[in-house]
Amino acid sequence: MYMYKIDESLSPERKAFLKKVRAQKIATWIIRGLILILIFVFWEIAASLKLIDPFVTSQPSRMIRTFLNLYREGKLFLHIGVTLIETVAGFVIGTILGTFIAIILWWSDFTSRVLEPYLVVLNSLPKVALGPIFIIWIGAGPYAIIVMALAISLIVTILEVLNAFIHTDEDKIKLVKTFGANRLQVFLKVVFPSNIPAMINALKVNVGLSWVGVITGEFLVSKAGLGYLIVYGGQVFQMDLVMTSVIILAAAAALMYQGVVWIQKRLVGQNEVQKQY
Amino acid sequence: MSKEIVDVQNVGMKYQSLNGEINALEDISFSVKKGEFVSIVGPSGCGKSTLLSVISGLIKPTHGKVFIDGEEVTKTSHKVGYMLQKDYLFEWRTIYQNVILGLEIRKILTPENREHALELLKTYGLYEFKDKYPNQLSGGMRQRAALIRTLAVKPEILLLDEAFSALDYQTRLAVTEDIYSIIKNEGKTAIMVTHDIAESISMSDRVIVLTRRPAVIKSIHSIEFADCPNRTPLKCRDAPNFRQYFNTIWRELDVHV
Repeated sequence: MYMYKIDESLSPERKAFLKKVRAQKIATWIIRGLILILIFVFWEIAASLKLIDPFVTSQPSRMIRTFLNLYREGKLFLHIGVTLIETVAGFVIGTILGTFIAIILWWSDFTSRVLEPYLVVLNSLPKVALGPIFIIWIGAGPYAIIVMALAISLIVTILEVLNAFIHTDEDKIKLVKTFGANRLQVFLKVVFPSNIPAMINALKVNVGLSWVGVITGEFLVSKAGLGYLIVYGGQVFQMDLVMTSVIILAAAAALMYQGVVWIQKRLVGQNEVQKQY
Repeated sequence: MSKEIVDVQNVGMKYQSLNGEINALEDISFSVKKGEFVSIVGPSGCGKSTLLSVISGLIKPTHGKVFIDGEEVTKTSHKVGYMLQKDYLFEWRTIYQNVILGLEIRKILTPENREHALELLKTYGLYEFKDKYPNQLSGGMRQRAALIRTLAVKPEILLLDEAFSALDYQTRLAVTEDIYSIIKNEGKTAIMVTHDIAESISMSDRVIVLTRRPAVIKSIHSIEFADCPNRTPLKCRDAPNFRQYFNTIWRELDVHV
């Protein structure tokens, strides 16, 4: 993406090297694009020639039609919006709450020791099993779905962030203690800032988990959203609707992941780049 | 060189863990005069670093007391600056932000203290790097930045805990020279822990030799180089009696492989 301009003042060997790197990069992008296009072209042709049954596999042209229909009926953005809001809510609450609980557990060794088996059990429990409980307690609606997303992402966040906090370089902590730092200062000056990269990595995992939680939740109970469309399409055997929704979902999830990568670059990228002097 | 600024009295330290008890130090007593440079050498794992931690007030000894400027040490003293094995500059802070870390923690980030920190950076040639990040500096410069971070809180006593051991040999000689001149220039008292006999002789006025664990003081050597005025660590290494000191201390350490 970068390095498109090659500085003329460089040595021929350097220029050759940069050219090779650039050629490889361009080739990678072209092949990537071709694979995607070929899949859809073959899909379309195979379905048109009745080599595969479009009733079962759907077909790109039919998916585009479904997509436009959804748009014309004004439902497209409703469904995407509902799922997106639920996911972002689950993601943000999960991250903030998870980090907050991790801070408490880091702060108090005793609390952490007491709660450890509970965390282990909750972590290994398939959270989907809690779905019906949430629905009964919270009611069939978006809140139950957000709680479902939380249930899936929260424990992992706590464990990941706590683990990072605990493994902060002891000598860096010793350093601030030699200046007389109290526990709050140890946390604010060392533990938190040194673990920002680790926390952002936890965020990346969290994005994926929030989508899992929201779609699971929408499968269980919903009146709108991409998960709803997929389940509804499956029940009435409209594969066009199912496939279209899955593709939209893939695009939305990828975009959100890229968003976190962008944040990561903004926050830690600066240092990372400097490391490779 | 008059007053005794550090007084270690009968210090003993036992570590407790589930696996048992480790007797690290036993009845250590010595004192250090203002402006003096004292080294502590001993076999590895003998509790040298523990001794420094006790003097700094980071850990409480199980026996004995430490006095700094006549006051008993109960918590980390503001008169003490500590230098660890590596520079431990925080990679998310610029050099200037690293240097004022101690001031921030002690909540004494006054304009005068900021100015003092900047002066130190200027004096020791890091001013133009103040807005750079640690990974843009060489090992020697990082070590100097770490020393300035320690000096910024205006300590009277510097504790150096194997402070150069993470550096390669050439850098280490240069940094030793550098840090030594800064410490002398600032007129600080220093207590250094090291396993490098040559380093201890080259920098110190006195060398304290500890025994294997539980460590007691085996001997104290006054290091004097009569024919070496304006001594610096490197010049000392050329002095005729350097070898003698080295051999004596080497024998006392009683190293078995």
